[in-house]
Amino acid sequence: MKIRATQAIMECLLEQGVDTVFGYPGGTILNVYDELYRYQDKIHHILTAHEQGASHAADGYARSTGKVGVCFATSGPGATNLTTGIATAYMDSSPVVFLTCNVGESTLGKDAFQEVDITGIAMPITKATYLVRDPNDIPDIIREAFAVAAMGRPGPVLIDLLKNVTALDVMIDYEPLPKEEHQYYGRLADLRKRAGWDLTPPAPNSDDVDKLVELIAQSEKPMLICGGGVVRSRAHEEFRTLAEKLDAPVAITVMGGGGFPGAHPLTTGMLGMHGSRSSNIACDNCDLLIAVGCRFSDRVATEPATFAKQAKIVHIDIDRAEIDKNVKTDHHIIGDAKQVLQMVNDRIPAYQHPAWKEFVFSHRPAAPEESAALTPYQIIRTLRELCPQDSIVATDVGQHQMWSIQHFHFDYPGQLITSGGFGTMGFGLGAAMGAKLGNPDKTVLHMTGDGCFRMNGQELATVSHYDIPIITVIFNNHTLGMVHQWQNLLYGGRFSETDLNFAPDFVKLAEAYGVRGRRVTTRAELADTVREALDLGHAYVIECIIDTDETVRPMVSAGKPITEFLLE
Amino acid sequence: MESKEHTLSILVENTPGVLSQVSRLFSRKGYNIESIASGTTEDPKVTRITIVMNGDDATIAQLAAQLRKLLCVISVKVLSTEDAVQRELVLVKVKADTKDKRDEVLQIVSVFRASVVDISRETLTVSILGDENKACALMDLLADFGVLEVVRTGIIAIERGIRTIYEDTKESGEFNYGKNVL
Repeated sequence: MKIRATQAIMECLLEQGVDTVFGYPGGTILNVYDELYRYQDKIHHILTAHEQGASHAADGYARSTGKVGVCFATSGPGATNLTTGIATAYMDSSPVVFLTCNVGESTLGKDAFQEVDITGIAMPITKATYLVRDPNDIPDIIREAFAVAAMGRPGPVLIDLLKNVTALDVMIDYEPLPKEEHQYYGRLADLRKRAGWDLTPPAPNSDDVDKLVELIAQSEKPMLICGGGVVRSRAHEEFRTLAEKLDAPVAITVMGGGGFPGAHPLTTGMLGMHGSRSSNIACDNCDLLIAVGCRFSDRVATEPATFAKQAKIVHIDIDRAEIDKNVKTDHHIIGDAKQVLQMVNDRIPAYQHPAWKEFVFSHRPAAPEESAALTPYQIIRTLRELCPQDSIVATDVGQHQMWSIQHFHFDYPGQLITSGGFGTMGFGLGAAMGAKLGNPDKTVLHMTGDGCFRMNGQELATVSHYDIPIITVIFNNHTLGMVHQWQNLLYGGRFSETDLNFAPDFVKLAEAYGVRGRRVTTRAELADTVREALDLGHAYVIECIIDTDETVRPMVSAGKPITEFLLE
Repeated sequence: MESKEHTLSILVENTPGVLSQVSRLFSRKGYNIESIASGTTEDPKVTRITIVMNGDDATIAQLAAQLRKLLCVISVKVLSTEDAVQRELVLVKVKADTKDKRDEVLQIVSVFRASVVDISRETLTVSILGDENKACALMDLLADFGVLEVVRTGIIAIERGIRTIYEDTKESGEFNYGKNVL
């Protein structure tokens, strides 16, 4: 049937089951927004304060639901404002389809108003980019884009449509096609034919799995790393079975948060630069290290040459290019974590490693002491006690992020939303909005610092307008805490440009946006406020005043072996 | 690790932006491409790019891995000098404004089995086909007359024997898996 090209865009989104999109209109994308007006009862559009906020919201939505997030923006500055969000999604393998419009064919390449080569700019930070010059390509390209974003190792994809392609008098042929059929038609069918790919993930290599089973049988001191791949493939149950069968300690990376129960007796907590003593020491002493869906980033393998030096390293990952990229491994299995772990679990007996576990867990630090003062630990403890255990936690980046990951317990994939790879300050508020819209039944906490909150705090306008009940907790130490910590430890206390003691009044700022806010300085005040916020059912901003010199511990310097603690 | 010259053969879809997608991977890692040659294959929808660059084995393996992840890339092969035939076409415009000089150049050209593709009162343009060593030796000799300009196609290479870039190894299967699994 013949329909408007813009209508085909909406129909293709509906084919994918999209009901929420985030974005910001502008000159070149006017036609698409005009069509959206007609579809507003089917596709809920969230107008953010800034395109960056929209990009993070789509990302947070994707991470928390496991679905593909969708974000719209106009050409030029609208498109470039997305780039930080695109890179954030790319580094953390989050599936988001970004849809931008560009100037029309007749002015393309002539430096027209608000023209930018966004497909070129986004090339290194996306799985694929598409420049749509022919309206007839719209259905095929959108179908391909969603498949590429979601499958294999997920990631962002960008579609740039020329304005003339979206003109309201452009009619194209469109046949509705259920999502499962997409692979048999058009470009997706060509792609499959060409590369011999399939929609059903091929089984992992059985011999590779057997070799791991053998290595497990020989190991006396096995250890597991739960990486982001466990979360993305929702392989948490399989991973837990493996850990329990192996009776091995489990270290969890930042991206792996939620892949393994945070309070499980086998977990040693975070690994690497701010990893726990027991994680880092276990990693240094184990004889078999099985890393699932992790890429041994420089924040985990702070010094690749000595990382897990006594161990045979086995890397399970869906992306072949990750093998031997950062750390040289002894064996690898390529495949979806869920499938690989299932195969491994079916082939191994239950083991017991009491002596090894005793050694590892003897390095577990004692829980911090009770105190009435408002320390980072006490803040998180209070939240943990008062909020439902399944609350989603979205963080910004810095000290509060590390504290949150260290002290909250995450139990399921999508419970922790954090910018692990790109370290994007200002990610949290947008991401929390996306997470709440994707999970209306869950309590969503947005953990942030005074530095981060200033970066995209204007999204409080969005939170307020759409009445998105998220609880923002600002750790206000009046400084850029993580940089301050490095300056204190490594730069002789020369606090160059990190003092934020001129912050706005966050409570008044929240009120200006129509959001209730309160400043707290004691645990008791915090507890009262959290209760009030939970009861209120609307957004709330809680500003916690903490000491400027609070540090994230333990800490290993960049480039040093993970057992050389600079701070214990 | 030891840095040495590697030849990468890359089969890509013939679509706009492919070359920049491929080459940006090299610049991202800070590697300089020694030569790059690109042209269509027996299938007009498919382009073959040959890139020569210096690097250690681990770096080349990682680059090949990243290349394989690109949707537009169909296959990648790292070719060694022993397993592959390499050829490059070089055009050299040399100054030869007297008969003696022209004769002398023509003699050198015939020894190298090169050919003269253009001649004028002041210059001769010589074309030579071969591997890099042959072209270098010729240019070295022609330098005495004054080389006005040189243009090279960049090295192209093809594997010896029955093996081709289309071979489906276990490794390429793994890469396709990691790439997408549509």
